[in-house]
Amino acid sequence: MSLDQQPIVSRNPSPAAPPAPGADAVLVARDLSVWYGSTQALRGVSIAIPRNRITALIGPSGCGKSTLLRCFNRMNDLIPGFRMEGQLGFDGDPVAGPEVDPVTLRRRVGMVFQKPNPFPKTVYHNVAWGARINGYTGDLDELVERSLRRAALWDEVKDKLNRSGLDLSGGQQQRLCIARTLAVEPEVILMDEPCSALDPISTARVEDLMEDLKAEYTIVIVTHNMQQARRVSDMTACLMLDEARGNGHRPGVLAEFSPTDVLFTTPKDPRTEAYITGRIG
Amino acid sequence: MTQSPQTTPISPEPPPRRSWAGRSRLQSAQEFVVPPLIFVCALITVLTTVGIVFVLGLETVRFFRVAGIGLFEFLGGATLNPKADPPRYGILPLLWGTFVIAFGSSLIALPIGLLSAIFLSEYAPRGLRAVLKPALELLAGIPTIVYGYLALLLVTPVLKAVLEPAIRVEFYNALSACIVVGVMIIPMVSSLSEDVLSAVPRGLREAAYGLGATKFEVATRVVLPAGLSGVLASFLLAISRAVGETMAVLLAAGVKPQIVLNPLRSVETMTAYIVNVMKGEAAVGSAEHLSLYAVGMALFAITLAMNIVSGIILKHFREEYE
Amino acid sequence: MSRASDALYRPRRGLRRALGAGFAGLCLAATLSGVVVLVVLLGAVLVKALALPPNPPWFAVGEQLRELAAFLSRIASSTNSPNPELAGFKAGIIGSLWLLLLVALIAIPVGVGAGLYLEEYAPAGRLRRAIQTNIANLAGVPSIVYGILGLVVFSRAFGFQALALGKMLWAGALTLSLLVLPIVVIATQEALRAVPPSLRQAALALGATRWQVIRDHVLPSALPGILTGTILALSRAIGETAPLLMVGAANSILFPPSGPSDYYTALPVEIYNFATLPREEFRSVAAGGILILLGILLSMNAVAIFLRTPTGQRAASRAIAQLGRLGWSGRRAGRSRTGLASAVVVPGPGASGPDSEVAQPTDQGGAES
Repeated sequence: MSLDQQPIVSRNPSPAAPPAPGADAVLVARDLSVWYGSTQALRGVSIAIPRNRITALIGPSGCGKSTLLRCFNRMNDLIPGFRMEGQLGFDGDPVAGPEVDPVTLRRRVGMVFQKPNPFPKTVYHNVAWGARINGYTGDLDELVERSLRRAALWDEVKDKLNRSGLDLSGGQQQRLCIARTLAVEPEVILMDEPCSALDPISTARVEDLMEDLKAEYTIVIVTHNMQQARRVSDMTACLMLDEARGNGHRPGVLAEFSPTDVLFTTPKDPRTEAYITGRIG
Repeated sequence: MTQSPQTTPISPEPPPRRSWAGRSRLQSAQEFVVPPLIFVCALITVLTTVGIVFVLGLETVRFFRVAGIGLFEFLGGATLNPKADPPRYGILPLLWGTFVIAFGSSLIALPIGLLSAIFLSEYAPRGLRAVLKPALELLAGIPTIVYGYLALLLVTPVLKAVLEPAIRVEFYNALSACIVVGVMIIPMVSSLSEDVLSAVPRGLREAAYGLGATKFEVATRVVLPAGLSGVLASFLLAISRAVGETMAVLLAAGVKPQIVLNPLRSVETMTAYIVNVMKGEAAVGSAEHLSLYAVGMALFAITLAMNIVSGIILKHFREEYE
Repeated sequence: MSRASDALYRPRRGLRRALGAGFAGLCLAATLSGVVVLVVLLGAVLVKALALPPNPPWFAVGEQLRELAAFLSRIASSTNSPNPELAGFKAGIIGSLWLLLLVALIAIPVGVGAGLYLEEYAPAGRLRRAIQTNIANLAGVPSIVYGILGLVVFSRAFGFQALALGKMLWAGALTLSLLVLPIVVIATQEALRAVPPSLRQAALALGATRWQVIRDHVLPSALPGILTGTILALSRAIGETAPLLMVGAANSILFPPSGPSDYYTALPVEIYNFATLPREEFRSVAAGGILILLGILLSMNAVAIFLRTPTGQRAASRAIAQLGRLGWSGRRAGRSRTGLASAVVVPGPGASGPDSEVAQPTDQGGAES
């Protein structure tokens, strides 16, 4: 199941993944299927995530949004019984396969989780830890400050760098997690419902932050909030539950992938339309 | 999950009353008898503690009266010899012996137990873990007399064979006791620490993996620090178990109350002293016999303090990750 | 494309990978040390047990096994003797079985009752917290301290001759019962906590009283868990030596106890005595005793572990159902007005059988509305 001779060329998208205008693809999935044990979570997903854009993954619960997201930095490897077929590429290199080192990959494809999960360490060490284990040779203090500034958190925590990360508010914790991800200088940031545990004000701050980060990073965000997808994303992929198979379980499939304004105003797929108008989901 | 009343048709007339006779007498008797009955059961556990404190306290006071010594003389005395004239009741040699065994066995059990806990919680695949966990419990269930016997049969002879040419190894020696007690509490350390490490939230592990950490780094630099307080609590519990251990130390370390640094010589622990007095022919009510209660009181106080501290640490640990 | 700042990172993957592999190996070795200990322990004891003549060559496995079987059956059927050729554990084995029986009869009802009180009846508050903390601390009290308690309270009855049990088997049984009580309570509580609240709510919603809910639904589905914990507690009791030395289990008992008011000794106490005798041959007798003790413990633990597996839980609930049909608790349950009894007593398809069968109607009710 490794990627064979033909390299994944970013400007060669599969039918379901039209190229975004003016951008090349960073992350590519082709005919991706995923199983957890005997249940299939994803079936035949092909998508090309454009560089320096915010791509939103939406769809009803259980349709495999997070599964797809976690394929891109191989976090699924940690789940017993996980198995995948198909091709996955990052910057033209394969993502899956025994020859790929997931540890190196994960530094370049960072991740922010649904629930803020700062380490039970100080604010400073939360940010510095990832850089340190990855052998950062530059000035750590400067890196911590830069990362916290980019995460729009510096002004709030500059006087409490030695306080525990757990002492911050929920919204601050999530921005701390973003700063922590920025500190290892990834190229892509995967965000798995980053605002679902936050209040509206903190959500707005994180959304503003994503807009700022877009210039330097490619962002993929899973959200169950369609308003949020509309607000922040350039591209939107809508995943759907496939029609039931023999055992009654329904894997997720990609229904539609278009620029966000197109998808929300003139959806091509009837299932997408049903979902965004609230008839399913 | 409310049931809507409309879906169940209401019958026009209520069912005849006699088919809904009240509870039988036996049943209502149960309603009244059971709660007080099981309250008494719960009370028995409290009475056990009260009984321990009361018995030990009472007899300890009697000991101080009969032996005619003060608390300071007991706690600070470096000689223990009830047969001497006048008899000497210093507990320090017993505390020393207990400390040597607890310390030595910790040196063996804590690192090995912790490493094995890390293996079980971080490395072992689910199937292997399902086999190893019960196996550990099985190992923890081996009676301590078996370990004591093993010290006599195997550990001491091997120590003698290896070290004897260079240094004299006494038949009863502290090192042998440290080894068997250490081996004995490994399963306890690893089982308790594993519970703690598994309770560290998955989110922390994922966050670290997401930053490009290896399994080694996640285990030693995220999971272990996060679970450190709980691991320390489990250490404390295991050490308190070593302090309270009787049969293995009785058989391996002997009953010679002395303060010596050389682990190849015999020492006596508090527990061994208690059994030894009981087996001796000291008359009931004599100072020598009563001294076992004073030593028992000290043992109880030490282990209780360790258990309480460990309980408090564990409680805080659980609250942190609720 | 990669970032310019990438040059600042030196991930040193080779070193980290080697470090990780080394550490994993170390952890594995630490875990396997337990297995090694077990093998060494059993091996040493076996060799010692076979040290008495006749000594067939080590490779004659069949002959060795026959010798072992003959040896074990001899020491199991003969009582203590100054002659190692004749000495055995009959008095100790029967004493230990008596202790086991009495401890089960005392500690299980009291422990399950206390667990029930704490989980189901005790109002949340200071009293409950105090009892709970007390039980946790009791579980960590050294066994020798229980021995001292038993010595004063049971053997001497604080000096009241009329009540003193002296060196009777009762004294040992009561002492061991107190010793394992916290284990039974904690196991009961854990098993009760694992019973899903939906089961309680479903039964309460049908108008059952609190005790009816517990008797007909909560206890039956918690019973496998309680049994597991209880068996582990009993296997702790059967291996304890130190407290029995305090409450009069004597080494020089030649005849098995005829009842709980007789003098007694116990298997581990006899092992201790044989192990400390100067003659080397008695060590072999002690080794044989250890094999018998470990055999008893292993079979008890095997039952406990089996009861914890899904298959074991199913078997246990089926057995409980059978007992119910024989008219034990189920006869009452069959007539009880809660109406849920049949659903609970009949084992479900999975380990959570009772839950799923009871929960379903409620779920459907919710869906309809």
